[in-house]
Amino acid sequence: MAESPVKAEITAAVWKIEAGPGTRVAEGDAILLLESMKMEIPVAAPRSGRVKAVLVAEGDLVEEGQVVATLED
Amino acid sequence: MQGPVLIANRGEIACRIAATCRRLGLSTVAVFSDADAGAMHVAAADAAERIGPPSPRESYLSISAIIDAARRSGARMVHPGYGFLSENPDFAGACTDAGLVFIGPPEAAIRAMGGKAAAKAVARRAGVPSAPGYEGEDQAPERLAAEAARIGFPVMIKAVAGGGGRGMRRVEAAEDFAAALAAAQREAAGFGDTRVLVEKLVASARHIEVQVFADAHGNVLHLGERDCTLQRRNQKLVEESPAPGMDAALRAELGRRAVALARAVGYVGAGTVEFVADAAAPLAADRIWFIEMNTRLQVEHPVTEMVAGLDLVEWQLRVAAGEALPLTQAQVRLEGHAIEARLCAEDPARNFLPSPGHLAMLDLPEPGPGLRIDAGVRAGDTLTPFYDPMIAKLIAHAPTRTEALERLAAALDAVRAEGVRLNAGFLARALLSPEMRDGAVDTHFLDRFRLDEAAATHGAA
Repeated sequence: MAESPVKAEITAAVWKIEAGPGTRVAEGDAILLLESMKMEIPVAAPRSGRVKAVLVAEGDLVEEGQVVATLED
Repeated sequence: MQGPVLIANRGEIACRIAATCRRLGLSTVAVFSDADAGAMHVAAADAAERIGPPSPRESYLSISAIIDAARRSGARMVHPGYGFLSENPDFAGACTDAGLVFIGPPEAAIRAMGGKAAAKAVARRAGVPSAPGYEGEDQAPERLAAEAARIGFPVMIKAVAGGGGRGMRRVEAAEDFAAALAAAQREAAGFGDTRVLVEKLVASARHIEVQVFADAHGNVLHLGERDCTLQRRNQKLVEESPAPGMDAALRAELGRRAVALARAVGYVGAGTVEFVADAAAPLAADRIWFIEMNTRLQVEHPVTEMVAGLDLVEWQLRVAAGEALPLTQAQVRLEGHAIEARLCAEDPARNFLPSPGHLAMLDLPEPGPGLRIDAGVRAGDTLTPFYDPMIAKLIAHAPTRTEALERLAAALDAVRAEGVRLNAGFLARALLSPEMRDGAVDTHFLDRFRLDEAAATHGAA
């Protein structure tokens, strides 16, 4: 399967990167944690695979729908 | 009392404090981060000082930035509001060291009530019952497991330094204890303290708290209770006074416990003593236990103000200036029923997910007799991800609970907004549910109500 994008579902600040490039993840695993309005919101892997790239850094502000990471097989 | 009063907060509470200062002829200084330069609370004050970038750590949580702003502005008093630095003893101390009057309890009282285990130890000394539990220094896993068995499952493991629901684990049975303890200790390490306590879990619980007030002359009184059972993610959404099922004798008993705790730590100013009550039975003194004390003004203080006919921020200012409490316990009169809803930018249909964005339109009902609106944002403001989702509090007051519920539900139904999602409609429906009308709710009610609504929607589709 080709590369697939992972999107933020909410406008938020990036709090923590849980799975950096090269990490194997299962569907539903948190790739990063966002913080918005005092709530911690995980960005979960939409499928199993390997994290190819994380496109944001801790402390960055991301918009709803923004691609924050990519997955590959 | 001498101004200016620096208000070390933002949003509705900063606006609400400024309103009382204005009425009393005290000038005010707002503080703002770069995200809040055009915010409503800045316009509500006489002067304003920038304190840093949007991140709370670098602005509203920065003691040095706020002390510097106080110095620059010539402020004489500092009101911390709620949240942010309001329960930080170092901030109270820094204000005193800088020659500023901190509008809150003494640093030592904040410290004494700061940790969950320390607060329970104070309660034991004061003869106030806490939930059965273990909060000893022996943290060996075998000892903790033995204590859990003695207390009886289900139990809660709580990080001594924890907060906001983190570092907490519910354990149903002995065989699950070791794994839950390890998980709680991992989260507790994030607070810099891995110690935990073990507490009996009240499976179906109500949250009841008592408002206390003390002055520097040894007077302490209580202003009745608030029932804050309607919550999501361990945060309150609806609060009312009196609590359904409360009678004068039980109110006096809880008031006695709360006043005893305040006296035990040399308390001065406004404080709230929180209790958990067993929701599986009618309210009774032997089924209500102390959990913690909040050493500040609470979000839900307007509920008490409405039934008592008082301005608690005015009392805070007067007490901080060294005045005696204006009333005795016998002079406190509580009338009618008040209920508050927290209007938040969040989406109940998506498990209360926050909804930041540009608030293109906001139409709140007009305040009037029996309806108070404490707002912190206006149409045209942008709600950023940096701060709390609460944008306003709606508080109804009426002779009876039923009338107050209906007045508040109607007010929530009249709220209109564009650009962000609000919880107004959801809360209005919850207020008028049969369970809420009967006062037959526990702390899980709002989650159940949300799931039932979602199931009904899917069933109809």
